[in-house]
Order: sequence, then C-alpha cells, then structure tokens
Amino acid sequence: MLNFLKGNWYWMLGVTALAGYLGFALQGGAEQVLMPGITTHGHYQIELDCAACHTPNMGVKQESCNECHAEELERVDDSHPVIKFKDPRNAERLAHLDARYCITCHREHQPELTTPMGLTLPADYCYHCHQNIAEERPTHVGLDFDSCATSGCHNFHDNTGLYERFLVEHLDEPDFKPDAYLRVRDYYLTHFGERGEALEQARAEYPHELKVSQDILHDWSATSHAAAGVNCRACHDMPDAETGVMVWVDKPNYESCQKCHDYEVKGFLEGKHGMRLAHGMSPMTPGMARLPMKPESAHFELSCMSCHSSHEFNTTFAAVDACLQCHDDQHSTAYKNSPHFQLFTQAEDGLRTPDEAVSCATCHLPRVEVSKFGETLVRVDHNQNNSLRPNDKMIRAACINCHGLQFSLDALADPQLIRNNFNGQPKVHVESLDMAREEQERTEASRR
Amino acid sequence: MKKTIIITIALGLSAITGWLATGCSKTEIVEVAPPGVSFEKLTDALHMVLENDRTVYTQKVVNRLVKEDKVIKASEHWSEDQALPLPAQMFRMGAELTASKDAWFSYSLQSLWPINKSNAAGQTEVEKKGLEFVAANGGAEPFYGQETLGGQNYFTAVYADVAVAPVCVSCHNEHKDSPKTDFKLGDVMGGVVIRIPMDS
Repeated sequence: MLNFLKGNWYWMLGVTALAGYLGFALQGGAEQVLMPGITTHGHYQIELDCAACHTPNMGVKQESCNECHAEELERVDDSHPVIKFKDPRNAERLAHLDARYCITCHREHQPELTTPMGLTLPADYCYHCHQNIAEERPTHVGLDFDSCATSGCHNFHDNTGLYERFLVEHLDEPDFKPDAYLRVRDYYLTHFGERGEALEQARAEYPHELKVSQDILHDWSATSHAAAGVNCRACHDMPDAETGVMVWVDKPNYESCQKCHDYEVKGFLEGKHGMRLAHGMSPMTPGMARLPMKPESAHFELSCMSCHSSHEFNTTFAAVDACLQCHDDQHSTAYKNSPHFQLFTQAEDGLRTPDEAVSCATCHLPRVEVSKFGETLVRVDHNQNNSLRPNDKMIRAACINCHGLQFSLDALADPQLIRNNFNGQPKVHVESLDMAREEQERTEASRR
Repeated sequence: MKKTIIITIALGLSAITGWLATGCSKTEIVEVAPPGVSFEKLTDALHMVLENDRTVYTQKVVNRLVKEDKVIKASEHWSEDQALPLPAQMFRMGAELTASKDAWFSYSLQSLWPINKSNAAGQTEVEKKGLEFVAANGGAEPFYGQETLGGQNYFTAVYADVAVAPVCVSCHNEHKDSPKTDFKLGDVMGGVVIRIPMDS
C-alpha cells in the first residue's frame, strides 16, 4: 500500500486537485476567483455571467452594453449618442476621448477608479470638447470642468430634467405646489376594465384534485383580478415547455404576469430586482445586495410575488412595506419619520385622497406616462435605474409633480436630506436655475 | 474521295457554327466595367438627393402646415412639444441614422452662424473654407476639397444650404442662440458637408 502511494502520489494529488476545482467551478466559484476586480453597483448582480459582457477572449462587446442600455439612452434623447462621434470631423477629439465606446468612460472591475456614477475617467472630461463654453455662456465663466456634472447641472447622457428650456419653464415655482397630486394609474382601468364580468369565489376555476385554502380564495376574490374577471387559470395555466399545451403550474413566475403586465415585467427584468432573472440566473436575494438589508430577509428570492404577494396583489403593501421588509439603509429606515410618510398614512386613514400618498414607489417605481397610438396612459415603471443615478433623473418622473424645480434640485443635491428621507429643508442651493434666468435676461436685453 | 470531301466540309461547317455560337455567347457574358464616377459626381448625386428631400420636407410639410395652414407647430423640442422636427433636425436625424449603419461616407449640416455652437466647434479648415466659399458665391457652385482626418484622406464637398422657405428665415432670425438675425429668403445659411474616404 505504501509502495502504491509512493509510486502514484502525483496522480492522486492531481486527481484530488481536479475534483476539488470542478466542484468549486460547479458552485460558480471559478468565475469569482478569476474576477479581476470588484464590479460596479450597476453590474455586480450579474458579474458571474461573464459572457453577458465579454467575448470568449475576454474582450468587451459594445453590443452587450447596447442590449441593456440602448433603449433607455434613446428614450432620454441621449445628449452624447455614439453616432455623434462617428463623424470623421471628430477624429481629433476621439484621440482625447473615444466616446464611440462605452468602456472609454465606464470600465468595469476598476473599483479604485470608479465614481458613484460608474465613471472611470477624471471628472473634468467635458473639457476635451467644451473648453470654450464660457465664451458662449457667460454664466459659466470661472467654473471648473470637474463641476459640470455636479448634481443639478449636467449629465453626460440624460438631461431631460436639466436642459435650459426646461429650467426656464420652471423658474419661480413654489417649493410645494398647491395642486400636488400623483398621476393616476389608468392603463388597466382603460384597457382591462372590460376584460370580463366580476367573479366571486364560487366561480374560481382550478384543477379538481387541488386543495385550495379558503384564505387564497378569499384573497383572490377581493382583488382587482377577480373584479376584472381574471380567473385562476389566467395566471396558473402556462404552456408546457415541450408540447406547448397549457398546463396548470402551482407557482407561476414572472412569465405568467407578463401575459397581461408586459410593461411592468419588462421594467422589473431591467431593474435591480429582476436583472438576474433576465440573465437566466437565480433570483436576486437581499443577501446578495450591497446596500444594507435586513438579515432576516437575506434569503428572500425576488419575483413579482415578493412585493405583490401571490393572491392579494395589494399595491399599498407593495408601495411601502414590501420595500421595508428588506431595505435597511438610513434613507429607507427614515421613511416612516418623513413628511412623505405622513401623507401616506393620512391617505390610508381617508384624510387625503390616494393620489396624495407618497410612498417609496412614488419616487423609485414612479408612475409614468406612456404614449401609444395617440393615447397617453399612466403605468408604473418597475426599473428603478430609470430614476436613481444620477438622482436628478427622478425629477420629471416624481419630484416635479408636487415640488418646484428649484426645491427638487436642491433637495436631491443635499446628501444629509436624502439620508433622513427629506425630513427638513434643503441646505444646498443648486445654481442651474439662476444661470438659466440670467441667460434668459441677457437674451431679452440683447433683443431690445 | 467524295466521301472525304463531304466529311471535311461538314466538320468545317460544324466548327464555324460552334465558333459563331461560342462567340455569340461570349458577347452576351462580357463583363461591363463599372462606370467610373469622380468624387465630384458622387457627392453631387448624394447632395441632390439630400437637398431635394429636405426641400420637400421644408416646403410641403413644415412651411405648409406651420406657416400656411397653421395646424401644427415645428419645434426644436419636437418630441416633448408633440410638434414637427425642424428641417435641420430632420436632416441631422437622417445623417445620424446613416452613421449608425456604419456607412462609408458621412454628411452633416454646418454653418458659419450656428445656433448650436458645439456643432461647429469641430469644423475643419476645409469645411470652414468651403462654407465661406459657398456663402460668398451665393450657392452658385459647390466647394470641393481634400483633407486628412485621423490618418484617413477624405474628399470633402460643401454645398450651399439656402433658405428655401419663410420658416427657415424666421426660425433662425428669432432663435435666442442665433448669431445672425438678418437672414432673408434665398440667403445661404450654411452648407451641407459630404465626406468620402479616398483610400479603399
């Protein structure tokens, strides 16, 4: 035996090492070990899906960036689209900053270089093309180029809440608008109200052999689903992967919701809660998150049902308590001491209308207007990235419904006010509107 | 002997027939060399299409609906205002769409009096020379030049962009960022720059 070991120890060591590595790789550990550096807050959830961004030779595909981000960039009328830099006359500029490629400014796995906005360039990059801006805009004389992207001034891509005409149109607004109401969700009222006649418990349709609790039946019968004639099978019947025949599924996933709520599910899959599912990975759990989360929720798997529950579909719960069952950062925990929460509870108590109830979802999963075929309807954007970083992306979707633009910009630029969930007045003053006013007055004077 | 002569004649006729037949089919498949087009003709052709499309949009869509029928507005913020894109924006969108398809040529609208200054910030010396040339001759003839950008040689043509409708003049004269406010109908307001790489 000893002789056998002596003669074959290197084989045994090799086989043991190989088995260990394969086991490790099966757990996803190989990618983790090969990770060249910590990924950004935008990509860490899918960092183990290397092929989502990389070529087999570990290059980076521009197309990968486009697959997830192109639609948003087009929607917000990207101020610096790639095509702008393809013009040969920009060849000299590209030598300084090749803006044809996302990775020029957004390199991954570079934590020591990465700013909160995911930028991996020195912040004065605007200088390369806009060094003469002060000649065109006297209001910008003396401003440092690393201050262009200061909160409330400019963004490289999305300036839908910051461009000059928008600022001018919102000069002199009161901090609190007298007609402060949220948009009313009307899509499902308009398009699904006539789906079918209201159903009561006795008309619930499910396989006879299934034992369905009274609680479930009661929950369902009290929902807008039952009221709109959406029976059990509308959600639980899904096509069999092989035969395509509709079969009953006990726990349907987002694909079931998608049948009617395509817009909402699309946003969910693009957002922080669903992006792992969109990449064919296991569901996101709070335990994977980088933000502080409640330890007791660490293993909670995120799906549509995490916030909307399986049969109650309580949007009031989904708008606040669903968030707070996991999120445990300062901003989240301060919400229930905030003026926004006071409005929310007053609406719950019937002292205000539901469209005055400001919840977590009001700002992070906002109600947005979606136009199609000449009709504009209000739906809920479940992709929180659309209104999160830079946070002035939130202005048009949320803040400005109730607050003046100056107040909104100031509040969003005040880190302490954000931490305490807007409990107080902004102590920061953003000068964008002052500059817009000055520019307007200068133009009017030159015309006289 | 007779037999030999007949066979010889028959073979000869066959050979002549075959030669003729081959010759005919050869004539049919002769490859015609593609017509050589000068850079000037090529950019002239591209410009004619661009100019005509833009003129039709300006006169028959924007000017008619905005100035004459007054049924809709044209706006720089056309998406937000649910209005018509300005002709210059329509032109730029087409140029950007062309660029997005990785076209081997490019075109843009330039001016010595740009409303959007950053659009002119990267104007090359040849572009400036071309814009001055077409402005000085009132658009009577285009400007052709050559330049090297990013190590690539380009044939660059500049064509006068003329105010073809009242809406061109009023918009440019009234815009707050316009450096020139006395344009008249028929004036050269800028130029269409078309750029073709000269190396394969």
